[in-house]
Order: sequence, then C-alpha cells, then structure tokens
Amino acid sequence: MKRSMACIICPRGCALEIDLENLTVTGNTCPRGEDYARQEVTCPMRTLTTALRVANRENAMVSVKTAAPIPREKLMDAMEVLKALPVNAPITLGQVLLENLYGAQVVATSNVESGHT
Amino acid sequence: MEKHDVVVIGAGPAGLSAAAAAYDAGAHVLLLDRESAPGGILRQCIHPGFGLHTLGQELTGPEYGAHYAREAENRGIPLYRNATVIGLTPERLVTVQSPEGLRQIQAGAVVLAMGCRERSRGALGIPGTRPAGVYTAGTAQKLINCMGFLPGKRVVILGSGDIGLIMARRMTLEGAKVEAVCEIMPYPGGLTRNIVQCLEDFGIPLYLSTTVEEIHGKERVEGVTLVEVDGQRRPIPATRRFAACDTLLLSVGLIPENELSRQAGVPLDNITGGPLVDSRCQTRVPGIFACGNVLQVHDLVDYVTQEGERAGKAAAAFALGKSRRKETLPVEPGEGIRYVVPQSLTPGQELVLSFRVSKPCGAVVYRVRAGEQVLRQVRRPRAVPGEMERIPLSRELTAHVREPIRIEMEVAK
Amino acid sequence: MEYQVAIIGAGVVGAMAARELSRYRLKICLLEAENDVAMGASKANSGIIHAGYDPEPGTLKARFNREGNPLLYEAARQLRVPHKNNGAFVCAFSPEEEGQLEALYRRGQENQIPGLSLLTGEEARALEPGLSPMVTRVLLAATSGIICPYELTIAAVGNAMDNGVALYRNFRVSEIQKKETGFVLRSSRGESVQAQWIVNCAGVHAGEIGRLAGDPLPEILPRAGEYVLLDKNQGALVSRTIFQVPTKAGKGILVTPTVDGNLLVGPTAQRVPGGDCTGTTRQGLETVKTLGRKSVPGVDYRQVIAAFAGIRASTPGKDFLLGQAVPGLFHAAAIDSPGLSCCVALGRYIAENLPLPKEENPNFNPIRENPHFFRELSLEEKNDYIRLHPEYGKIVCRCEGVSLGEIRAACLVNPRPLDMDGIKRRTRAMMGRCQGGFCTPNILTTLAKELGIAPEEVTKAGGASRLLEKGGSYGKA
Repeated sequence: MKRSMACIICPRGCALEIDLENLTVTGNTCPRGEDYARQEVTCPMRTLTTALRVANRENAMVSVKTAAPIPREKLMDAMEVLKALPVNAPITLGQVLLENLYGAQVVATSNVESGHT
Repeated sequence: MEKHDVVVIGAGPAGLSAAAAAYDAGAHVLLLDRESAPGGILRQCIHPGFGLHTLGQELTGPEYGAHYAREAENRGIPLYRNATVIGLTPERLVTVQSPEGLRQIQAGAVVLAMGCRERSRGALGIPGTRPAGVYTAGTAQKLINCMGFLPGKRVVILGSGDIGLIMARRMTLEGAKVEAVCEIMPYPGGLTRNIVQCLEDFGIPLYLSTTVEEIHGKERVEGVTLVEVDGQRRPIPATRRFAACDTLLLSVGLIPENELSRQAGVPLDNITGGPLVDSRCQTRVPGIFACGNVLQVHDLVDYVTQEGERAGKAAAAFALGKSRRKETLPVEPGEGIRYVVPQSLTPGQELVLSFRVSKPCGAVVYRVRAGEQVLRQVRRPRAVPGEMERIPLSRELTAHVREPIRIEMEVAK
Repeated sequence: MEYQVAIIGAGVVGAMAARELSRYRLKICLLEAENDVAMGASKANSGIIHAGYDPEPGTLKARFNREGNPLLYEAARQLRVPHKNNGAFVCAFSPEEEGQLEALYRRGQENQIPGLSLLTGEEARALEPGLSPMVTRVLLAATSGIICPYELTIAAVGNAMDNGVALYRNFRVSEIQKKETGFVLRSSRGESVQAQWIVNCAGVHAGEIGRLAGDPLPEILPRAGEYVLLDKNQGALVSRTIFQVPTKAGKGILVTPTVDGNLLVGPTAQRVPGGDCTGTTRQGLETVKTLGRKSVPGVDYRQVIAAFAGIRASTPGKDFLLGQAVPGLFHAAAIDSPGLSCCVALGRYIAENLPLPKEENPNFNPIRENPHFFRELSLEEKNDYIRLHPEYGKIVCRCEGVSLGEIRAACLVNPRPLDMDGIKRRTRAMMGRCQGGFCTPNILTTLAKELGIAPEEVTKAGGASRLLEKGGSYGKA
C-alpha cells in the first residue's frame, strides 16, 4: 500500500509517495522530505504558533511558538493550555514561557517591554 | 533642511534590508515607518515559514522581522517611528508627518518600501447588504494576533491565497468554526504546504471554482450565497447555496501601495501595480528605487529581503554619485508569462528576473531570449501563478546583449 | 420630557427643520430611530445641489429647489460643510434627446433658474475633455453644485444641538398618543417624550408615523439607487457633474466628482419592498457602469473602492407632501430628489409655518466650528499645531491621512459618534481605498476608550452590529 502526500517542510511542496510497508519514500528532493513522510504516516507533528495576552500590560500580546513540533492531534489541547498560561512583561524574544507542552518548549517570538511604549 | 543620502520609506522586511545594504555601501541612511515599531506586516504574521532561504532556518514573522530590525539597529541607522510620509517629489523632497511635527527631508536617493494593501470588498464588488463582520484576512489577523480579539465565530473565507489559508487555521485554533474556503479559480492560490497544514489538518473544506455571490445580514453578517462558476468565471445559478456564517474574510489579492510613487511621478506597470524598474530596482524617476511588495507582490519574504538589498545598494551608489545612468534594454513577458520584473536591464549587470505564469501548467521550460539568441533555459517540474519564479542572469550573460530581452514559457514534452 | 416641537427623523430635512426652529426660543427635540443621524436617504445619495431646471413648474419641488439652492450654499458655508459650486452638464446623444434638452432648458427658464445655457458637443468637450465624443449637445447649469449629504446632516444636527435642540437616538417612535394639548410619543424601548407639535420627517417611515398620529398619508414607495465610488485617482476625470437626458429606460446615470475628490457614478432606481432594503445587486452595479461609460467613457472601474445603495421615499403623486394635516402634526414627507437641494428652504418653511410663539433665541449661532480645520492648515501651521498636540501627528488612516487627534476630537463634537460608521462619516477615516483594512483595529480601540466601553461592545452602526465576538479567546470579559 502506498500513500501520497504533499511535503510541507518548505514552500516547494514536493509530491511525495511512501510505501506503508517498508516506509520507502519517493518524490522528495531533499532528505528532510523523506523524514517528513515517515513521520507523517506514524505520528504527524506540527509546530504551533499563537499569541498570548500579556497580563501586566494594557492591550499587549506576545507571539509564541513551540520550539519543536508537537503531535498534530494535540494542537487544540495545546491551545487550551496556552490560553490559561499567565505571561508578564518584560518578555524577550526567545524566552521560554513554558518548559514542556507535549514534549516541546514554548518560546516567545517577539519582545514585550515593561511599561508603556 | 534635514538631509540624508538615502531615505527608506517603510521599515518592513524590504525597507530594513535596503537600509542595511545602503549603509554597508557607505551611505548615510534614514528609515521611516508609520507604525510604532519596525517589522511591517511581519509583526502580525506569527506563523512559521520565514527565513529558509536567507537565514537557513525557519522562523516566525516577528522573529524574521526582529532579525533584520536588529541588523539596522546594530548599524546605528536612525528610525523615525509613527512617521508617515505624506509627500514625495521627483526631486526627492520627502514630507513626513509624525507626533514630533511635520518635517521636510532632502534625500539623495529614496527607496520605496511601503508594501501593499489587501483588496477590499468594494474593489471586488460583492453585492448585498453592508453588515458588520466583513473583514480582509489581514485585518482579522491583526485583531487576533496583535490585539487578542476574535472577529467572529462562524467563518467563510473567500480566496485561497496564503493569508486566507493561514487565517483559516488561526481562527480554528482560536475556537471559531471555519465553514469553507472558496476560490473562484479552478486551482488554489496558496502554497500546497498551507493547503495541507491549514485546511486538511483541520478538515476545512476548500471549494474551487466557487465564489461569494451575495452577502446577507442587516446588522451583523448572517450568511453568504455561494455559487460555482464556469470556465469564464460566470456564476452557474443552479449551484447557488446559502452558507450561514457571522463572518466573511476576504483574501482576494494584494495591491502595491503606490500612491506616494504616483505623487512623485513614478510610472507604474499595469499588471504588477508596482513601478517600472531597471535591473537595479531604480524606477523611471532617477534616484527613486523600489523593492518588496510595493514593487511586486511576493510569496516569500526571503526574496523581499534580497530585493531590498539590491535596491539599497543601488540607492547608495546613486546618492554617493557612484552610478551613472546607462543605456537600458526592455525586458518583456512573452508567451505564457503574465509579467516580469525588472522591466528593463543594463547590459553587463547581473540581475534576477522575477515573473509569474498566466495559468497553471505541468512541467515547463522557461527561455530567456535576446532576440533570437537564447540566454538561459530553465526547466521546472510545474508552474502555477501562485508561485513567483526567479531566474538569475549573470553579468557575463547580459554583457553582450543588444536586443530586448523576452522570457517565454513552453510546456515541456 | 416636555417639548414644544418633536421632529421625527434626523435626516437632512429633520436636521434643517431643527436648526431653523432653534433660531427661536422653543423647546425642541429631534427623535432618531437609529444609532446616528443621517441614516436613511441622507446617508447615501448623489450629493448634488441641483440648479432646479428639472422639477415640473408649479410644483413644490420647483419652488423649494429654486429657493433652496442659494440657501444651501449659505448654510454649507455657515456649517463649514465642504461643498463646491462645480456646475453641471446634461448631455444629449441624439437629435431626439437634443429636443428633450431644449425642453429642459425652457422648463428651467420657466422655473426662473439662473445660469442655464446650451452648448454644442465641441464646446462642452472643450470644458470637459473627459466627456464622450458621442455627446451632441449639452445643457450647462452653472448654479449646480456638490456637497457631502451626511456631513451636511451631521453639521446641521450638531449646530441645532449647540443651539439647544435635544437629540434622542435609538428612539424609534412606536406609539403616538393624542392628548388635550399635544402628543405623547413612545419609543420601541419604552422611553417617552411629550410635544405640542410633531414634525414628520421620517423619510421612508413617514407613512407609519402618519398612521400612528391618526393621519394616513398617501403610500410612500421606497426606491433604491445603487452607486459605485471610485478612488481619488479617478476624481479628476470630470470637474462638473455629468447628467444624461432622462430616457424611457430611466432617469439616467450621473458621473460626478465628490467634494472629497473621489468619483461617484450612479444611481439606478429600483422599487424595493422595504425602507431598509439597501443591498446592492450585481445587475444594478453593472447597469451603473454600463450607463456611466456612455457619458464619461474613460472611467477605470478597476478603481472602484466601494459600492452602496441609497433609499428614496417617493410617492405616486411625485411631489413633496408638505404641511399641516391634523392639528399638531406637520408633514415633510416623500422628500425624494431634489430633496437635498431643498432642505434649507424646507426647514425654513416648516419653522415659519408652525403656529408657535416665535421669540428670537438670543444665543442662536448659525456658525459651526470647523471640524476639519486641521486638514485645511498649511504645512507650517500643521507643524506648529502638532508640536502643541502630538496626537495630530500620528496618522491612523493612511489612505485619507486622518490623524489620531482628528479622530479623538470628532468624538467630542455634537452629535457625538457612537459607532464605527459614525467615525467614518465624520472624519473620513476608513473611507479610502483600503476601506479600513489597516486602521479599523486601532480606531475600534480608540472609539471604545472614548465611549468608555469594552472593544467587544463597539458596533459598526448600532444595534447588533458588533465587530468583535464577545469574550473572544483573550478578550477581557
């Protein structure tokens, strides 16, 4: 049995095909496509990005991401965790805001200065 | 009067890289931005997918923007914030309005990097009532990502460009139900990776050859009429159906923001909506350069950065008196090509031809010709209008060109 | 509350009636069903100050148009409403239409309209190079002009309020009870006011008000007119308002610059079932473009920034319904075109004919402060002003160049804006080529602050037209 899929690793979007028995991948133009296809048929993983309200600043948001992909099926659960996560300024880009969200750190992708700007 | 060698209008990715490149070429540079912080539209693009080409890593929009903002800051390039340029003359006199006052700045060279805006409902001409709940995708993106507001709970998205797809996922993650993404063309507008990870991951249906025919609702949107279209994009009445929703997001094209350019008498390309430029990103008004989405709408920020660097470097050379106006040859789109940028080149200069095909094809061959001579021939496994193609031409290749350049597409056998 | 006069409907006629009545020492209220003034016909029409050649001689329309034209120019100056006496062309395309044009010219003479003349096609094109080569003859109306109809209404209401008139919004009159001396008017929300006199300026709802007050009017037939508005880069294609000779197919489509520098093309004229039917249709918008091309072929319709429909209150009798019917009730109904041109004259007529004691209001001031003073300053003056008021330096709406200072100032002027459309009509923010794409979020939070409400409570145009979901994921509850 074979499964075809579009690679999402880069904007190129190669058309991949994977043999579900021996996990051989064709159609990829780089090694990352091969890894992607194998991961996708076992446990699809996705990077989650969102924005969190900064508790101690008026109308301020901080954008965040998971530093590594997390299981796709956990995305909505992860959102619930993040919505409840209190964050306070100052926040610097790259700062870890949560150590472990389904196996990945959550880091800030923007800066929020303390006080008003 | 305040004077600078190079004044860069807009501190988004194009302007930031132009400023750094102009500085590195020895110019005294000033950056102007109407917002309170640099980064441009990247500040609201919190999703990943930026930087693979230029930085060799995948960053989110704010991270990518911050990287180049630091590059400018490290060089000590001044940035006027909350500063809107309200006037620009062909002599490069720049009028700026900011909370500090109104000032006029004489620029040795100007780099236009104002970006683009989204096509609105009015420009589309969608009939119906005018209730609350009709947003462009970018407005919704700003409301959600920068302000923490949810613009609606039950959403139909018109247009399958990347912003529309990204917003389908974003609104779903925030708890809204995205009923459908509709695309009037028979093929999706955005990248395949976004179809997969923004729609398929969440089971959001994509209806091709389908458009919104009418908006319903007196106070807030109550629904839209969807209709399928034929090959000539004419609605097929029998396919009309009502889709209940409280929000309609529009992601139906971007328009380069060239109102300032027009003020300065910069001639524009009818197809790209951006200025006509040469291989150095110089417009037809000497000393005024353009890069990024104000020049042509890009799919990838990495190429915006590269274009900014070219424009910045050339602007510095102009301002410092190191460039002479040379003869140029026209560059034209040929068979199967919708447009090409730049629209002219100077023999002996290296450049990148950016272009889009008119309609999707399978494997294709692109030929760059100078008259009968084929300068370059490039094969690609597929061609879609949603993806900008780029073909670099080396100095050696253009050195002996004497005839207009034409780029053509042929379906590969 | 007890008033001597209750004016129902804050459209341009109600507004002018209120302003004219505020010249006297009277207790006056203006009752408006919507969240803002100018929400009916006054919100969306051609914005033309008609010269007055068109109405049939002897009608109220002919009289009030002739009187109203110069009065409107005067009021616009006093109220600081942008307007321009740009003149108008009526175009003929065939010998048959030339005949109609001459009839129109004679009618204008009969109506005693100054400034009319007939031009050849060539003469007209010398004045308006954008005019179609197919135009064979033109009636030039020198006293025709353009004005922004909703700004005029807002300014007139504001001036009336400054002179003592009380404005009630979201007061939809649902019951009128006759008392010995006057009436009690109740709103659908249960509020009530008392008044000795009612002036019915309720537009397409005038029939309903007549019924409630015990004086049924002839049927008011709502008609809708669709328009397209184009980018300012099309605004200089013509400098005059270009009409076509009315044909069997309809009254014809006009092409006109607006006072704000855009180009406006329209309207169609469709019978619609109700007064709130202001949707646009694909067919209507196509008609507008097709017929617009006939007189000004060079319009680039890719530059359309907005399409809208306006509502008109007309009657089978084709003339205004004006005057006292039952005691205490004064109608100004069925005010369709050229109602805007007549509004000051109508307001004055209403004020003069209400049998109330007319003691002069010593505090009456016909002048309104110019809300657009900032955009009219020179660069140097702007610079000085911004140094004292930095908010005027921060541009919020880039397309129309509107600053934070101007938006916040507009929030403090009578009648204060209570919703996003209110900000739009007062400042032009969100009205440019991006149609609010960039600035809506910032204006929304600014308005919320000014109104002292949560951003989730801000509406587009009152009622349930909220822009944001309540309790959005991160919105403060």
